[in-house]
Amino acid sequence: MTDMVLEGKAWRYGRDVDTDVIIPARYLALTDPGELGAHCLEDLDPKFAGRVREGDFIVAEENFGSGSSREHAPLAIKGCGVSCVIASSFARIFYRNAINVGLPILECPQAVEDIGRGDRLRVDLEHGTVENLSTGRVFEAQPFPEFMREIISLGGLVDYVRKRLENEG
Amino acid sequence: MGQTITEKILAWHAGRDEVQPGELINARVDLALANDITAPLALEAFRDMGAEQVFDPARVVLVPDHFAPARDILAAENCARIRDFARQQGLEHYYEVGRVGIEHVLLPEEGLVLPGELIVGADSHTCTYGALGAFSTGMGSTDLAMAMALGEVWLRVPESMRLEYTGELKPWVGGKDLILHTIGSIGVDGARYRAMEFYGPAINALSMEGRFTMANMAVEAGAKNGIFAVDCKTRAWLEKRTRREYRAFDSDSDATYVQELSFDVSSLEPQVAFPHLPSNVRPISQAGEVKIDQVVIGSCTNGWLEDMEIAAHILEGREVHPHIRTIIFPGTPKIKLEMIRRGWMETFIRAGAVVSTPTCGPCLGGHMGVIAAGERAVSTTNRNFVGRMGHKEGEVYLCGPAVAAASAVTGRLSDPREVMGG
Repeated sequence: MTDMVLEGKAWRYGRDVDTDVIIPARYLALTDPGELGAHCLEDLDPKFAGRVREGDFIVAEENFGSGSSREHAPLAIKGCGVSCVIASSFARIFYRNAINVGLPILECPQAVEDIGRGDRLRVDLEHGTVENLSTGRVFEAQPFPEFMREIISLGGLVDYVRKRLENEG
Repeated sequence: MGQTITEKILAWHAGRDEVQPGELINARVDLALANDITAPLALEAFRDMGAEQVFDPARVVLVPDHFAPARDILAAENCARIRDFARQQGLEHYYEVGRVGIEHVLLPEEGLVLPGELIVGADSHTCTYGALGAFSTGMGSTDLAMAMALGEVWLRVPESMRLEYTGELKPWVGGKDLILHTIGSIGVDGARYRAMEFYGPAINALSMEGRFTMANMAVEAGAKNGIFAVDCKTRAWLEKRTRREYRAFDSDSDATYVQELSFDVSSLEPQVAFPHLPSNVRPISQAGEVKIDQVVIGSCTNGWLEDMEIAAHILEGREVHPHIRTIIFPGTPKIKLEMIRRGWMETFIRAGAVVSTPTCGPCLGGHMGVIAAGERAVSTTNRNFVGRMGHKEGEVYLCGPAVAAASAVTGRLSDPREVMGG
């Protein structure tokens, strides 16, 4: 299970960051998160994958993760060390995929408006708060519905199904 | 209270009388689909879940269509993993190269999709089957693994929006133009998390192929699904392909919609989505002078027989501009065979176009038509994001088959009327 309090630097992007720029199709024969992570966002920000540090955040505007259903997208983000994605809103398949693979995501348009490139953030996943250490402002993210919290607390959908299969078996 | 088609299908599959938008439900799945990109991760998750058998070998469909015939060793290994799994599990619907088509053209053609069914696929364009009055939506590989293992998925019941299209379409205007015009109006997140229900005289007049094209691109507006009511055209389509019985649902007259939109499409021109968003749409008359390098006609959006017919009609007796590479990729082997029977293969080859095996390859910059830096492609596919068809400095212009074929002849983005008159 992920740490509940995260700290790192913000990598700030605009709206409609699609899954083709998160991880281009030329890399989709790969399945290892680390190998995918080495190419994360390379068509949008070629320096990102080389410079991102363990624990950093991606902060983006509306409709993050639009486009394809490739689970390689949240895996690539996880694989390059990003601890959490904060966006004004998420495209629906990406939202599901992130929860299913255990990539923390927070929907928080007010925080996104406040956060600039390179700001230092502290995120409390348990309480859903985003603190911009560079501006001193604190924001509350949209809480997850209970069923999703159950999946998140189990570390993803795999363990949720495993538990069900064990109970039914 | 009245229910929409989507709500009725979800309620039926959740074993309930009714469901409300926003509710999270567990729903029974009629068909679970994955391809050679998404299946490898799904098989990994399936094993990690401790699952041994799929819930029903007749209801799990694996289609190696993206990087197959294998483009490289990694792709070959992924295809091998899927093949082994399909054999070991005794899957009834695994399609080997030679019989495989582009998944969202193949499944309806094989009669695997029925009205009222709930279909999930690890591919975002799974929403295509809404044209047949089914609820179908794209998901990731782990969700698909759950569907394979348990025969169910969790879903948030979407709000429905009602889109009505009035008027009669002009020549060279079809389903692709209707959906591009819609996405241009509402934006790439204009239907985010929603069901799009399509109605109106222009929809009634539209072929099944045109409806598949529209439902296919519902996801480009952010929708969970796109859906059409069943009519005589749906029934005629199904009669030729399946004998299985089905339940056709209609929305109640007092169903609740989060938004209702109406489009008068009687003067609609062919539409083009400029780089780099499917919502960046202009009518062809406002396209200006756009010189191009490649034309792509096909895909799960426009790889239907009707699309091939439109392209053949325009390219018959004409030649592809000498500077243009034109790649035609029909949706399935059956469509390709029909193209041979009708003489269109000769039309295309004589015109100087190449006809590919059915594959998703060029659409996502996978193989069979990747573009270089600075190149422009006019394409009947569904996405024009940065780097979608290859180099990040390439450009993709989305349109229907008529604009694409006309542009192949002139070497620039063109109105079909310029080539065909009228």
